[in-house]
Amino acid sequence: MTTIVERHKTLERNVTLLGLAAFAAVTVGGIVEIAPLFWIDNTIEKVDGMRPYTPLEQAGRDIYVREGCYVCHSQMIRPFRDEVERYGHYSLAAESMYDHPFQWGSKRTGPDLARVGNRYSDEWHVQHLKDPRAVVPESVMPPYAHLAEHDLDMGDATATLRTLYQVGVPYTADQIENANADLKAQADPDADAADLKKRYAKAQARDFDGNPRRLTEMDALVAYLQMLGTLVDVNAPAAQEELAKEKGR
Amino acid sequence: MELVLSRTGLWLVSLLFAVVACAAAVDSGFAIHMAIVALACIIGLVVTLRGVDLSRAILAPDQGRYDDDVIRWGVIATVFWGMAGFLAGLFIALQLALPVLNLGLEWTAFGRVRPLHTSAVIFAFGGNALIATSFYVVQRTCRARLAFPGLARFVFWGYQLFIVLAATGYLLGITQGKEYAEPEWYVDLWLTVVWVAYLAVFVGTIIKRTEPHIYVANWFYLSFIITVAMLHIVNNLNWPVSFVGSRSYPIFAGVQGALVQWWYGHNAVGFFLTAGFLAMMYYFVPKQAERPVFSYRLSIIHFWALIFLYIWAGPHHLHYTALPDWAQTLGMVFSIMLWMPSWGGMINGLMTLNGAWDKVRTDPIIRMMVMALAFYGMSTFEGPMMSIKSVNSLSHYTDWTIGHVHSGALGWNGMITFSAIYYLVPRLWGKQRLYSLRMVNWHFWLATVGIVFYAASMWVAGITQGLMWREYGADGYLVNSFAETVLALRPMYFLRAFGGLLYLAGAVVMTVNVWRTILGQQRSEAPMRDAAYDPEKDRPLASAPVAA
Repeated sequence: MTTIVERHKTLERNVTLLGLAAFAAVTVGGIVEIAPLFWIDNTIEKVDGMRPYTPLEQAGRDIYVREGCYVCHSQMIRPFRDEVERYGHYSLAAESMYDHPFQWGSKRTGPDLARVGNRYSDEWHVQHLKDPRAVVPESVMPPYAHLAEHDLDMGDATATLRTLYQVGVPYTADQIENANADLKAQADPDADAADLKKRYAKAQARDFDGNPRRLTEMDALVAYLQMLGTLVDVNAPAAQEELAKEKGR
Repeated sequence: MELVLSRTGLWLVSLLFAVVACAAAVDSGFAIHMAIVALACIIGLVVTLRGVDLSRAILAPDQGRYDDDVIRWGVIATVFWGMAGFLAGLFIALQLALPVLNLGLEWTAFGRVRPLHTSAVIFAFGGNALIATSFYVVQRTCRARLAFPGLARFVFWGYQLFIVLAATGYLLGITQGKEYAEPEWYVDLWLTVVWVAYLAVFVGTIIKRTEPHIYVANWFYLSFIITVAMLHIVNNLNWPVSFVGSRSYPIFAGVQGALVQWWYGHNAVGFFLTAGFLAMMYYFVPKQAERPVFSYRLSIIHFWALIFLYIWAGPHHLHYTALPDWAQTLGMVFSIMLWMPSWGGMINGLMTLNGAWDKVRTDPIIRMMVMALAFYGMSTFEGPMMSIKSVNSLSHYTDWTIGHVHSGALGWNGMITFSAIYYLVPRLWGKQRLYSLRMVNWHFWLATVGIVFYAASMWVAGITQGLMWREYGADGYLVNSFAETVLALRPMYFLRAFGGLLYLAGAVVMTVNVWRTILGQQRSEAPMRDAAYDPEKDRPLASAPVAA
């Protein structure tokens, strides 16, 4: 004990050594815990159906981030009976593999949204976002009526997709090139959305906000909410079989 | 003269950059931010050219031996941002109880104001307290004047600019969407520059020291500065969509993004709110108690154990998520081990009062310090407990977490900062004493009762919420809809806001007290320590044994 105290005096007299020793002490945990997540294969197990967001969904996601929705809503269903029954199949790592940033959240002042897609009608979402207490009297959510009044302007969609490509989302050249056209086509009931659907499997194209003449922020946000958790068919027999094999059941 | 010229040049170049960036901006948020930067450059330019002596503006006597100018500014900034942060907190607490207070405006919705509250209290109030006290403590314990005085002023004002950019950004909807790391890429870069300057001033002063040993408080400050730099840089590795726009995307996604974020997030607590504030404790508690630190050995052991273990605890924020199980378990085990070094710090602080425990009765500043250490002990017990997976399955996503954070933040960080401010203000402004010691006592009780309301209501709310979510009826179905659980919490949200109001009221009392002390006023009041001697009451409890 005395020797430790004696030896420690070397550190106490030399700020460089003290700083280096402290830095060494605080790096270990991060290296051991975080670094392996980048090379251990089963961190993210491959599932069928995952694809990058369409330009409109990504714009909606940017609005979701901008308004701080993650402050009150999680997007991470834990594997408990009550959560699975309330919100749906527990969340898989692959389902957020294209999420920059991740939006798992840490607090549920409102319910989890990981699988909210296609659970309510577009009309319900629009009504709820404009005046939450009109449809859920107990709600304490702020109203977001302004979303329906603002034209969607989240910047150049091509630039957005290109940036996401640079940080690792596998957008194709075709998808990046046509980003602005796809953005408009997805919310325009008169446009031909065939190309969009070819580029993005299971993309839902329609007017989302009840106002077909305008492309608003409400369109983008509802398009994002309506696709959440819809890409991976977790209840398909193949998926169940895979799961059973994995768990050795 | 040359100095003035080169500084003027620097301001003009920065101004030019800001104006060009403002004109070329691709979104209005970025344009507004660059306009704020341009305004800051103009203010800097005017101050440089007119040779304004800022130190005079705050009635500062020149003390000579130590450079205390920037510390005086820091104390004022701490009080100011504290008030702003507490007020924002009360506002959002009331929004949850009365949603009409979201005012229907995009800028005042809960989702935007909540980051404003958390950043204002952690980074603006806490950060200013840390910078100011570290500059004060490092000079005294090294017996050396602050190194690089110009850089120290840059650190202070640069940090204020960071705060203003971050805060206005949240209200404008400029955010990265990661908790406690919301500022966008260019604000992050600016903070990195400021932080490196901070490290240079701090280490420079230690190198200049005339004491052979580096005092324990400085170990904690040093590890806090180094680790926060590491966390900040790694967690904010983002790629901007445009170099003249506010939006960027983090390079980490999904699972990896989540663990990097909570590695950062938990250690913002571990190093910003714990290591840094323990440094304050290690200087101000012994000074105010006029006693040496209880155990030198304990301080060595708990320092190294604390900084080594803390960094592992992040995954406990991600229990039962899609994060691999091994990482969750590792995070839980280290979180539980963390209990010990945390209590090492509490014990070392409390035992420092050995032989001076009577001061808890007579000195409200000591009383505040003891309460801070008690809350530190309580929340560092509660934390490891909540990191146990089975407890976490109930507590996670609920208000219990919010209560836990606030018993640490209001009780530990708030109380130790208030007591440090009360210690510093008369000394920094060369006054005999504080304006009023009785007001310190009022502050103590308002804050303490406020925290009790806050923590108790959030315990009840959190456990209620957790139990209602998982409640099953005899028919095998879930009993409660989500909306019903929201309704059940309403009364608790009112009680919490009441607790916050009391805490804010205490801070108002402090602001008045500090302000009047700076003005040199002294309240004529009955002293707190001199209870009249009553021989009647001064008797042994048991009668003396009769000699046989």
